Amino acid sequence: MIETRDLWVRFGPVAAVRGLTLRAETGGWTALIGPNGAGKTSALRALAGLAAYEGEVLIGGIDARRLGRRAVARLVAFVPQKPETPAALTVAEYVLLGRTPHISYLGGESRRDREAARQALRRLELEHFAERPLGSLSGGELQRAVLARALAQEAPVLLLDEPTTALDLGRQQLVLELVDALRVDGLTVVTTMHDLTLAGQYAERLVLLDEGSVVAEGTAAEVLSAPNVAAHYAANVRIVEDERGGVFVLPVRR
Amino acid sequence: MAAAGKAEAALVPTPRVEARGVSLRAGLVTVAFLLASLAIGLAVGPVHIGIGSILRSALSYVPFLHVHQPLGAVERAVLWQVRAPRVVLAALVGGMLAVAGASYQGVFRNPLCDPYLLGVAGGAGLGATLAIIYASAAAAGSNWTVPLAAFAGAIAAVVVTYALGRSVGAAQMTGALVLAGVTMATFTAAVQTFVQQQHTQQLQNVYSWLLGGFSDATWQDVAICAPYIAVSSLVLVLHRRVLDVLSLGDDEASSLGIEVGRARLVIVVAATLGTAAAVSVSGLIAFVGIIVPHTIRLLVSTSYRAVVPLSLLAGAGFLVLADVVARTVLSPAELPIGVVTAFLGAPFFALVLRTSRSSR
Repeated sequence: MIETRDLWVRFGPVAAVRGLTLRAETGGWTALIGPNGAGKTSALRALAGLAAYEGEVLIGGIDARRLGRRAVARLVAFVPQKPETPAALTVAEYVLLGRTPHISYLGGESRRDREAARQALRRLELEHFAERPLGSLSGGELQRAVLARALAQEAPVLLLDEPTTALDLGRQQLVLELVDALRVDGLTVVTTMHDLTLAGQYAERLVLLDEGSVVAEGTAAEVLSAPNVAAHYAANVRIVEDERGGVFVLPVRR
Repeated sequence: MAAAGKAEAALVPTPRVEARGVSLRAGLVTVAFLLASLAIGLAVGPVHIGIGSILRSALSYVPFLHVHQPLGAVERAVLWQVRAPRVVLAALVGGMLAVAGASYQGVFRNPLCDPYLLGVAGGAGLGATLAIIYASAAAAGSNWTVPLAAFAGAIAAVVVTYALGRSVGAAQMTGALVLAGVTMATFTAAVQTFVQQQHTQQLQNVYSWLLGGFSDATWQDVAICAPYIAVSSLVLVLHRRVLDVLSLGDDEASSLGIEVGRARLVIVVAATLGTAAAVSVSGLIAFVGIIVPHTIRLLVSTSYRAVVPLSLLAGAGFLVLADVVARTVLSPAELPIGVVTAFLGAPFFALVLRTSRSSR
């Protein structure tokens, strides 16, 4: 479980996140949605300890400031929107780097670390790619490799910044299904998402941010109303509900 | 889905999950290259001394072995007082420049970074020039003056570069540091050229220092730089895995639990200190810090676990060989070693680049 209390993230005079209070339950999937510049990524980076913030971030009830970098890294895995994937590194080597928080600063991998990396590869069905250089992978395969690296970290909280950018429709679903499957073991997932329909389909809880503050939160049906989307995205949409309670957000020309 | 995954896992071979460090073959080949270079460095010269004699002569200094000294007094002096310090110094400097180059390239994530990046060369050049020109006659008699001035100049330049780069804030620091380094190099070069032009009678001495080389190498030079080079290269070799993590970028390295700022500082300080020590006894030898790490990358692996230790060994061997060429081609005159490293290094590097591209 990870939460924030009165979180502020500032860039000079501009506050990207203004007093955000948020709670992501263990094993749940929380999606941060909102228009460009709403503070989604800044909030996520603060959760990962990558952005300076005021207020509190609590990981499993402990103030993140009281934990060291390494301790945070053992509890929270973070995948940026555009991960750096050195082309010549093999998938296995890349996934092994995910073990860094478990390896002493100047140490090397143990058998346990290699086993964890192997499991992550298996989990994301990357066994056949283990020895392929990252540069030879397609976008979808690369995203799976990145997820495997985060998974190898064995952190109970997984933060994903726009995990489906630059993927085609099928790959988007594949990646999100994989993320969903990872929650079986109690992984807490927090993602930022642009695609409201996908966010509504996969996340259990949506948190709509605008100008750095929460303007709506709850289930997809509660948050993704036409007035909400119109007000905060300045978009004209039609909301279609399916029989399973899913919500589709369809753009409609004005 | 988990069940399906398990059933499939039985069919799929267990993936090999290994970080390619230094493979046994690559390690042995590199060590053999270094040993061969050292042997050639000791054997080749106006006075030819066989490898067997060199070995026996070395063993004769080991107590209780009772190996007979095969060399006469003159040969012994040539071997142990002239050639050996020269070979050892070239090996130390070559290894240091290569390992520092590899580390800078890793820390700044820029393949074109060389060990002189942060103004080390300019600072050392200025320091040495000032010492050569202004040092009093008494101080000039000491072998220590010029190296110490070069070392101090190098460190001062890098400290100013670092302060300048830091002033823009941590977020853009790597880019700013590189720019600050370029600024510092240009500035020190300007001052150095000015001072040098004001004292044309010393031009020859300044110029020959700047070109670099090992023609006056003594055991004292080895003693000056060896401690720094040993500590620096040890620190860098120990950071080889951290360099791999840093190659993922600051954010991801941080989210993997690395204190990026601190790790970068430690690596930069080690690389810079070692480079300053190397430069202070050898002058400015270009190209080693770029060509050696890249050759390792192209031939062995891009992982810093291989690049860092192998660059240390290969750089040492490379510079010893370059020095042999420098002192034999026009013997008894000497070529500046920087000319040799560039003249031999560039075509060799082009060849490696070509063959490794076509084989992929």
